[in-house]
Amino acid sequence: MALQDKYKELIDVANASGVTSLQVQEQDNVLHIDGEAPTGAIKDKLWEVYNKIDPDYRSGDLLLNVNVSANPGTKAKVITESSNLNIRKGPGTDQPVIGKAAHNEMITLVSKTNDQWWLIKTDSGVEGYAYSQYLSPQS
Amino acid sequence: MNKKPLKRAAILLSIFFLLASITSCGVKDSTIQEKISEATKTTPELSSITSAVKDGVVTLSGEVKDDAAKATCETVIKAIKGVKSVASNITIAPPPPVQAITDSTDDALKKGVTDATKDFPSVKADVADGMITLTGDLKRNSLPKLLQSLSTLKPKKIDNKLTLK
Repeated sequence: MALQDKYKELIDVANASGVTSLQVQEQDNVLHIDGEAPTGAIKDKLWEVYNKIDPDYRSGDLLLNVNVSANPGTKAKVITESSNLNIRKGPGTDQPVIGKAAHNEMITLVSKTNDQWWLIKTDSGVEGYAYSQYLSPQS
Repeated sequence: MNKKPLKRAAILLSIFFLLASITSCGVKDSTIQEKISEATKTTPELSSITSAVKDGVVTLSGEVKDDAAKATCETVIKAIKGVKSVASNITIAPPPPVQAITDSTDDALKKGVTDATKDFPSVKADVADGMITLTGDLKRNSLPKLLQSLSTLKPKKIDNKLTLK
């Protein structure tokens, strides 16, 4: 219970900002918070609150796994720091690169492979797998 | 009023039922066994069940996943023509062990970690017992991104020993 108290503000913000499928469980002295955020801004907000409670995320007592929910067919923006995003033949960095999407380019989400990889399609017709963390679904 | 046709119909009907019951008594065990094989094709619950037929009595043994599957097996067999009774030795399989909230194997986790840290070459990530330990250095503003990627892999714990720049 102590961990839920420590991260109470974070759990409250998650509840208040419309995070769905929210699950809070403690296991082996680590609190696991899972859920789906309606927007990327809310996900960022949660990580700000997490950082406020646990500066630079040093304690290792929380796993915040709240991702932005998106349906296939929606558009997503490429949110790499500045570089192009690799589009690969399969879901894994060991897979050959078959194309690139530019920083800030809008692409179409085709289907979700797992929490790490989406099958995407660019406007120029390249279809392949891209790393989810560099895609911000637009609702 | 003439009641003869009615009487005749009643007699015909009784003869029909008599014949029907005689035929059903006479179904051979081998015929029943064939019907059971046919039923197995359309009833997936029966696939793990073995059956033995003796004088119209079917003995079922094997394991199914739950009570409903057991009941289905028994009902389907009972409905086969010629089956007098069903002796069921069907057992219910014990429920699978409850999955822990983190069940990434280290191999799957390592592959995921390789993908997640690819763009952060100065970061070293070690995986052991479902836990990720981060060492090396990283720009402060890249930290949330890296941790967000790693969190989607559902490790048991992330130990952040990074030197932030």
